[in-house]
Amino acid sequence: MRFTRHRLFWPLVALVALLVANTINTPDFLGLRLQDGHLFGAPIDILRNSAPLLLVALGMTLVIATRGIDLSVGAVVAISGAVALSFIGSSSDPGALSTVLVAVGIALALCFVLGVWNGFLVSVLGIQPIIATLVLMTAGRGIAMLITEGQITTINSAPYRVIGGGYWIGLPVSILIAGAIFALVAVLTRRTALGVLIESVGINPEASRLAGVQSRSIVWTVYALSGLFAGIAGLMISSNVMAADANNAGLFIELDAILAVVIGGTSLAGGKFSLAGTVVGVFIIQTLTLTVTILGISPSITPLFKAIVVIAVVLVQAPIVRRRMSSGPPRPTQTAPAPKTPVEVAA
Amino acid sequence: MRSTNFTKRTVAAVAAGFMALGLAACGGGDGGDDAQAGAGGEGGGGGDLISVGFSQVGAESGWRAANTKSIKDTLTEENGFELSFSDAQQKQENQIQAIRSYIAQGVDVIAFSPVVESGWDAVLEEAKNAGIPVVLTDRAVDSEDESLYESFIGSDFVLEGQRAGEWVVENLGGEPLNVVELQGTTGAAPAVDRKEGFEMAIEGNPEIQIIASQTGNFTRTEGRQVMEGFLQAHDDIDLVYAHNDDMGLGAIEAIEAAGLTPGEDIKIVTIDAVKDGMQALADGKINYIVECNPLLGPDLADIIKSVVAGEEVEKRIVVEDQAFDQAAAIEALPTREY
Repeated sequence: MRFTRHRLFWPLVALVALLVANTINTPDFLGLRLQDGHLFGAPIDILRNSAPLLLVALGMTLVIATRGIDLSVGAVVAISGAVALSFIGSSSDPGALSTVLVAVGIALALCFVLGVWNGFLVSVLGIQPIIATLVLMTAGRGIAMLITEGQITTINSAPYRVIGGGYWIGLPVSILIAGAIFALVAVLTRRTALGVLIESVGINPEASRLAGVQSRSIVWTVYALSGLFAGIAGLMISSNVMAADANNAGLFIELDAILAVVIGGTSLAGGKFSLAGTVVGVFIIQTLTLTVTILGISPSITPLFKAIVVIAVVLVQAPIVRRRMSSGPPRPTQTAPAPKTPVEVAA
Repeated sequence: MRSTNFTKRTVAAVAAGFMALGLAACGGGDGGDDAQAGAGGEGGGGGDLISVGFSQVGAESGWRAANTKSIKDTLTEENGFELSFSDAQQKQENQIQAIRSYIAQGVDVIAFSPVVESGWDAVLEEAKNAGIPVVLTDRAVDSEDESLYESFIGSDFVLEGQRAGEWVVENLGGEPLNVVELQGTTGAAPAVDRKEGFEMAIEGNPEIQIIASQTGNFTRTEGRQVMEGFLQAHDDIDLVYAHNDDMGLGAIEAIEAAGLTPGEDIKIVTIDAVKDGMQALADGKINYIVECNPLLGPDLADIIKSVVAGEEVEKRIVVEDQAFDQAAAIEALPTREY
């Protein structure tokens, strides 16, 4: 039973359990059908709704790996949608591809700048990440409100709709975009030295610097990327409903992203990170949201239900619980050496 | 070329944002210059003007924005008022602070929309002792002592839900009807009351069944996601009842993505009647909307004048809400103010 000790084993069990629970309730839950030339079904809904959170969590994974945290992503999501929709809404030709491209360009450039701002506060001025990004988290929604003038901005623009609601070769465009960016980041961090450098900065910034690692630029880069990814997520969220809601777009998405990272097994203390784990974490969160609706859980106990699932997933991953489950009494040591002989695990 | 305007606005917004970074804690969103003017307003009642201190909840929705505009546009100097307006940014302590400052300034009348229902007795007592009458708008307080305020102007949320339910019974009743409900924020007065009103109205019609009910938090994104879940779990939905327009608009997106026609395959009934909702109603994607009127300004002005003149006013004034079907929406849309 060696695979039960893989760090993604329990999160994957949780994901499968959720899918099974839904399938028992609705037998054709995993069924797909062709609808207007694209795939349609619950799995597609989960994929499409996961895309924004996946991007935000991807940036968050990198930031957390450097021992940081980015609380401003939710506000950046709101700003991104507000800028893009205000621009398209006030242009003379909202339906033109060129208008949409310019809007997307402006929004993403601004979000990148906001990410750079966070990175500057953290890497150059040395402000604690939680404080540095709290600044933008608080001020960001105000900025988004100013841009939308306190209204929910709505538009009609076919090209813009594609980002969050379009399909290509039968799959949602949003998950294709998120998937492509994920693959790019995975290749960059796992096939080049970048991943190791990020981890070394997270484990010990000072030692890495003395060893010749450009820790300042690495930290700066991950915050800038986090801002950019949150910007893309903001475009998807606003495109999904064709409206920019400065108050509610991306509200608490930073917490969901941190949760996804933690479920995926990346430690908030920095260092080793798992991109695959983050993906599993995102799918668990999104499936959980859908499960609440499908099982018809009463809104008043929804938060409790979600909390129980999350605490269960996190608990089975805790070293002390895993050791107990695999080899009797916990050991006092901090590190958890794998038991030498394979032991039966009651799964 | 309107995009120049946009550029200016964006630059201004970003610049303002960076300035605000210096004082991060002020955050929040007000979207207007005069929002901070409350505490700094002169008050005191100069000349014949009636000085009014108004504390608004915040700027959380399009409905609220229309409400604020109505109040500011009515309580003008031309109409005989001197308005000090403050935005509480959804925090009760800000609101209590604003009310205390109005008491200190000695305004003629204080009006406010309470952020929450409870915890107002102390500050309302202070206003009463200072001899300043208080008028509530939009939301109520749960105080035992009704003498603490003169009047409460606002819509009746239960009635709104009831009217939505009555339309369903009249127009779609008589044959089996499966209803899914998109609730507002769990525990919020409008969500609780609109649910109750709707259930009251469909009582005694066993063919109308609420087969699923879940919160969409009054937002489009969550309205869409919850509707997607409903569509996966049930393939026999006939009607969506959403507690506000925004969730209904999110549901439209989900229904269209499922290859169905909103307004025909699945009918939609909502509450609020904001502009986007009315547009969707006129386009035939929503079937019926019960209005929740945000234009409280004129009613408020009348009450304030009566109170200052020393006349008796009614404790509870229910604002008249209209209701629109598709034909009425097409007619009303060109002249809608919000």
